[in-house]
Amino acid sequence: MSEIRKSWGLHIGVVTLLLALNFILPDYHHGNLARVMVLACYAMGYNMLFGYTGLLSLGHALFFAAGMYGMSLTVQHLGWSAGPAIIVGLASGLAMSLVVGILSLRTAGVAFMIVTLMFAQAGYLAALYFGEYTRGDEGFVIQKAARQIGGIDLSDPMNRYLAALVLFAVCLFITLRVVQTGFGRVLVAIRENEERTRMLGYDVHLHKLLAILLSGTMSAAAGAGYGLLFGYAGATFASVQYSIFPLLWVLLGGAGTVLGPFVGTLFMFYLIDLSSDISTAYMLIAGLTLVLLTLFAPQGLVGELRRRTLRWLP
Amino acid sequence: MTKSNSDDTKIVKTPPITDTKQPNRRQTIKTLAATTALAAVASTTPLFGRYGQAQSAEPIKIGFQVHRTGIGAAYGRWYNRTTEAAVKKINDEGGINGREVQIVAEDDGTDPKRGAEVVEKLATQHGCDIAFGTLFSHVVIGSAPRAGELKIPYFVVSEGHHVASGMLNRYTLQPGITDVKSQVQAMAPFVNSTLGKKVTMIYPDFAFGHDHRDYFSAAVEAQGGKVVAKIAIPPTESSFTKYFPKIPRDTEVIYHVMVGPAVLTFVKEMGEFFGNSRPEIFGFIDSLEAVDLASPGLEFLEGTYFWEGNPRYAQANQSDYDKAYRAAVGVDNNGASISDSKDVSTYAHMFGCWETLHIVKAGMEASGYKGAGDRAKLIEAVEAMTSMPHSYANPQGAKEFNGKTHQTFGQQYITRVENGRLVLAHTTSIADTYYPDEVDYTSQSF
Repeated sequence: MSEIRKSWGLHIGVVTLLLALNFILPDYHHGNLARVMVLACYAMGYNMLFGYTGLLSLGHALFFAAGMYGMSLTVQHLGWSAGPAIIVGLASGLAMSLVVGILSLRTAGVAFMIVTLMFAQAGYLAALYFGEYTRGDEGFVIQKAARQIGGIDLSDPMNRYLAALVLFAVCLFITLRVVQTGFGRVLVAIRENEERTRMLGYDVHLHKLLAILLSGTMSAAAGAGYGLLFGYAGATFASVQYSIFPLLWVLLGGAGTVLGPFVGTLFMFYLIDLSSDISTAYMLIAGLTLVLLTLFAPQGLVGELRRRTLRWLP
Repeated sequence: MTKSNSDDTKIVKTPPITDTKQPNRRQTIKTLAATTALAAVASTTPLFGRYGQAQSAEPIKIGFQVHRTGIGAAYGRWYNRTTEAAVKKINDEGGINGREVQIVAEDDGTDPKRGAEVVEKLATQHGCDIAFGTLFSHVVIGSAPRAGELKIPYFVVSEGHHVASGMLNRYTLQPGITDVKSQVQAMAPFVNSTLGKKVTMIYPDFAFGHDHRDYFSAAVEAQGGKVVAKIAIPPTESSFTKYFPKIPRDTEVIYHVMVGPAVLTFVKEMGEFFGNSRPEIFGFIDSLEAVDLASPGLEFLEGTYFWEGNPRYAQANQSDYDKAYRAAVGVDNNGASISDSKDVSTYAHMFGCWETLHIVKAGMEASGYKGAGDRAKLIEAVEAMTSMPHSYANPQGAKEFNGKTHQTFGQQYITRVENGRLVLAHTTSIADTYYPDEVDYTSQSF
C-alpha cells in the first residue's frame, strides 16, 4: 500500500473511531471529547504555521477570538442565525490573519514572536475596551435558541458531538491534503531551509502569508465552533494563555504531524483532569509529566511514533 | 438514541464462584477480631448513630467549583474553608433529610473553559446533586450554559449581576449573596448625604469596573449628586500617577474599586499625590479582600470608607450569629485565620457559601429531595423562598429572596478605617438595594 493510501486510511479510521465513540462513551467523556475535537482544530491551525512552516506565533488567541467574536457578536447584537454567523466568524479570522500576516511577516524569528504576541495583546485589550458590546472579561452567554443550524439544536449532547466531529474532520482532512500537495511541501521546505527554498525559485513570502491565512482561519473556525457549541464568548479566550495552549498541545502531540495536535490536546486535557483527581497539587504532577515528556519524547507523542516506527506518518 | 451512562462502565468485582477454598482457623480469628473492632468503633462513633435512620441512603453530593488556582485563589481558599465549616455544621445537625452531605471539590483555575468542564465533571462523572460555589463572573457565565443543559442546579456565590440580568437560565441561582447592582446603588445615599455630592470614579477598565461606573452613576444622580469624572484604568497598568491629575479640583469624594495586586501601588501613589489634603474617599473592599490593612503603603486609607458585604472586624454590635459563624470558620476578631494572623480572610464575600448551603438544605428539605430526579422540585422550592431572617444560617443579616430573578437582596455595610481597623459607620436597609425585576426565570421551562 502506498504511503498516501496508508495516510488516508489511518486518518479516515481515526474519524470513524471518533464517530463510533459517540455511541459508546459515557456522558462525561463524550462531552470532553467534543470539546477536545474543537480545540484540536485550533491546535491544527497552529500546527500549520508552527509545525509545517516553522513560524512560531505567540498570538494565535487573536484568531481564535476573532472567530469566536465574529460569530457570537453577530448572533448577540444583529440577531443573525448561527449558520451565517459562522461565516462571519471565519471571515473575521481570515481578515485578521491577512492584516497580521502582512505586517508581521516583515519580521522574522524572535521579532515575529513578539509582534504576534503584541497583536494578540492589542486584540485582548480591544475586547475589554469595547466592553459595551463584548462584556469584556466577563463575556456573555450565547443563548440556546440561537445555537441552532437548520433546526438542529447544537446544545444537545449528540448533536454537539457530531458537529464537533464534522469540524474536526474538515480541519483534519484539509491539513492532510495540504501537506500532501506541492504547497505543503514548500511550507516544509521553508521550515527546513528558507534561503534554499527561495534560491529554488519559490515565493517564500507568499507561501508564508498563505500559511498564516490558512492557520488563522482554521483557528477562527475553532473559536466560532467553541462559542456555538458551548454557549459562551469572553475575553479570556483572547488572553495570552490561550496563545500558549496550542503551542503546548502541538509540542506534546508532535509538531509537523497531522494527528499530533489532536493527540496533544487530548493528552493535555486528561493529564489535567486525571491528575486533579489525585491531588490538589495537580499542576505539579502535570508540570513534571510535561518536563519528562519534553526530555524523553522531544518530538511529541506522534512525532516519536513516526521517528521510531511509522516513518510514513504525515 | 440513548448513550450509556458512566455508571454502566463501572466494573464490579465479585469473588469467583468456583473459589471453594475453606477459611482456616487463623483467618476465622482474624475476621472475628476485625468484626468486633469494627462494631466497637461504630457504636462509639457519633456519625454512625447520627445517620442511623438513613443507613441505606447515599450521601448528598454537593459539587464545589472552587477557584483553587488562578486569579481567584485567595477567594477560593476562604470559600473552601467556609464551605467545609458549613458542611460540618449541617452534618453535625443531622445532614439534609437525614443524609450526610459530602463536598466534591474541583479546581476550575478561575477559567471559564475549565469552569464549564468542571461543571460537566461534577454532574456526569461525580454524580453530584448540585453544583455550587463559583465566585468570578466570567467562570459563572462560562459554566452556567452547561449547568442548564445538564439540568443540574447551579448555586453561585458570585455577587455578579449576571443572574438577575436574565442572561443565564432557570438552573442558575444566587440566593446567598447580593449582586453588584444592588450593592452599588445602596451606597449612593450614604456617599451623597455624608461624604459629598461631587464624585470622581476610578475603576478598572473591564466589566466589573463598568458595572460600578454604570450602576453607581445612575444611583448617585438619582440622589441629586453628580459624577464629575470617570477615570478608567487599563487592566495592564502598574503605575497610576498619571491618572491622579485627571481628578477634577472640585471633587468631594473619590470612589475607587481597583482590584488585583496593583491596589497597593494605587493606594500608595494616591497618598503621595494628595498628601494631607485629600477629598473623602470611598472604596469597595473587593480591592483589599485577603489583604492585611496593616500592609505598608495602606496607611493612607486611614479615615476612608469601604463597602463591606460583611464587616471583617468584629464590631461593637456583633451579633451572636456572627460570633458563632466566625468561630466555626476559624476567623479571629480581626478577620484573619485563628491559626495565622497574617492569613486575612475574604470576609466580605465568603459568608455567601455558608448561607447558600443552608438555603440548599432548606430547599432540599422543603421539596423532599431524594435524588437527581427531584432537581426541578428543589429549584421550585428555592424559588418559593422569600424572607430569610437574621440567624445562624444567615449570619450576615436578613435577606429577601426574589424567586423570579433568582437573586437575593440584603443589607450592606459601610465601614471606616480607624486606627487600622474597619469600624462600622452605616448599615443600609434591604430596601435600599432593590431595583425592578429584569427577568422572570419561573416562566422558563425545566
